[in-house]
Amino acid sequence: MEILIYGIINSITLSLLSLGFALVYSISRVPNFAHGALYIMAGYITWLFLNKFIAFPYPLAIILAIGLTSLIGALIYRFVLIRIRGMEISEIIATYAIGLAILEGLRWGGLRGMTFTLPPFVAGSVQICGTNIDYQRLIIVGSGILIFALLYLFTHFNKIGLALRGIAQDERAAMMLGIDSDMTAIISLAIGSGLAGFAAILLLPLGSIIVEAGYNVLIFAIAVCVIGGLGSWGGTVVASFIIGFAQILTEAFLSSHYQMVVALLAIIVTLLIKPSGIFGKQKELEERV
Amino acid sequence: MDKNMMRKERIDRGLKVRTEGIYAISSYREILYLLGPRLLLIVGIIALPFVLELAPYWKRVVNIMCVYALLALSFDFLANYVGLVCLGGAFFTGVGGYLSAIFNVHLGLPIYLSIPLATVSGAALCTVLLLPCLPLRGVYFAIITLMYPLLLTRVIEALDILGGTNGITGLDSFPNAYIEQYAIIIMMLVFLFGMRRFVNQDIGLVLRGVKDNDQSVRASGINVTHMKLLAVFVAAFIGCFSGAYVAHLYMWAGLSLFALDFSIIPIASVVIGGGGTLVGALIGSFILVPLSEILRAFGSFRIVIYCAVLTGFIVFKSEGIMIYLQRKYHQFERWVKV
Repeated sequence: MEILIYGIINSITLSLLSLGFALVYSISRVPNFAHGALYIMAGYITWLFLNKFIAFPYPLAIILAIGLTSLIGALIYRFVLIRIRGMEISEIIATYAIGLAILEGLRWGGLRGMTFTLPPFVAGSVQICGTNIDYQRLIIVGSGILIFALLYLFTHFNKIGLALRGIAQDERAAMMLGIDSDMTAIISLAIGSGLAGFAAILLLPLGSIIVEAGYNVLIFAIAVCVIGGLGSWGGTVVASFIIGFAQILTEAFLSSHYQMVVALLAIIVTLLIKPSGIFGKQKELEERV
Repeated sequence: MDKNMMRKERIDRGLKVRTEGIYAISSYREILYLLGPRLLLIVGIIALPFVLELAPYWKRVVNIMCVYALLALSFDFLANYVGLVCLGGAFFTGVGGYLSAIFNVHLGLPIYLSIPLATVSGAALCTVLLLPCLPLRGVYFAIITLMYPLLLTRVIEALDILGGTNGITGLDSFPNAYIEQYAIIIMMLVFLFGMRRFVNQDIGLVLRGVKDNDQSVRASGINVTHMKLLAVFVAAFIGCFSGAYVAHLYMWAGLSLFALDFSIIPIASVVIGGGGTLVGALIGSFILVPLSEILRAFGSFRIVIYCAVLTGFIVFKSEGIMIYLQRKYHQFERWVKV
């Protein structure tokens, strides 16, 4: 029972972490390797708002932090990525460099040690089927489902959302219908970074804000997206459940050292067998000889 | 006159055109034009340790500089001549370093055997491990190679093999500082000019074909995977040599051999130096490594500067320094009316 409950929580955590990465890749075809950095940055900004300047109320600080992170994502696209659009390797190197710069800049700016924590939304815990679960984890599950529902509604019943999906499906045809490719890419990066910030604010109260977590987040996001198929949303959810349960099972029966090994092995095995992932729609010829 | 009505025209210098043919050896000017830059590089690097005799610390930096130059060379070869973008250069250094540590410490082989053995066997091992992902292309190959060094790090940590997090200590050092220095400098020059030869052979042409259009290479009856296998072996050979050298230089083989530095700095060097020129890789790391030494006082802030430089180059000057210099050397520019 414990495995089931914590497996579900872990899976939803993973899908929250990777949702932004998957969204950006599926819409603008930019592998946003700065994802983990934006995640940590959102947490740090919230901490700054709460503790450094005049103490903002918690909800306001959260909204401001998510807004700022989205803005940074949009700026990254507007000033850097727009010039190297379509050159995949340059995109990877540039976004990775930006992410590294943000993370190491934060470390230099004083983000060290265990002193940086965010308070949980609601303290305390509750018993479900004989397992102790704190409220924060329940909130994570709830808002994870909520954000998926919101994104579904946004992309299916909203003009901007429909434009995003149009670009994702066929960029040329969408551009012929008057959808601005660069504008949608900016929006997608803003939403993707905002989602990274949202995930950070939900998940960071469980631990403390440390720079190293940024790298792990990136690896988990890539793992989930590769297994689910780069650019497929349904695949993202399924893949995060696969990895989430695999991790909880290895933790229960082996040791927690193997958590990352599981994710990395999953990436390698998936890429070897079916590079486009479980639900990938890319053509076979584009990915292998 | 109004600059808007003009356009810049580039024309090859007469000297360059003459030196392309048999006339290259007809006069001292032509010979000097061809040999000048090459001699400048060779003599400059060989003389560097003597110039730095006054600053022993910087002599160590030259070693590291050459190591990164070798790694950048291997990245440049794989990325720009075969089309395999390998984000995990640290995989090669790690395998090479650990193997030479095993040969040297556990099997008791002397240093002049352990480094070559580690180079050859490490290259073979890397090739075998990368064999399953060779059919992959583009982004997929890049991601999978990024994961390899991370995976090995975690496996060594989790299983606590090969010394675990402490690594293997007690490797032999080089007999003296000059051998230490010139071993890497000479090897770097050998590899550089060897690779320049290699990519201009018939086989280099096929490899470039694999990069440009692998389907047509396959249609010509050449096995694409064999070609990639060969290319990865060559690149891993260079990478494992530098890994083995680093392990002996520090007399220690640990998890830091798989560190991101060995993957990122070579890539940055190639981007800055100019991809596809091979020499550019050297020049890039000759700029970046001393720069990072100067910035060492800033702690982790130097990585920020580094990344800013890298992003700047990718966005604004993606051709790189070497291609720019080559253009200036071979061609002259003038404004002509549109």
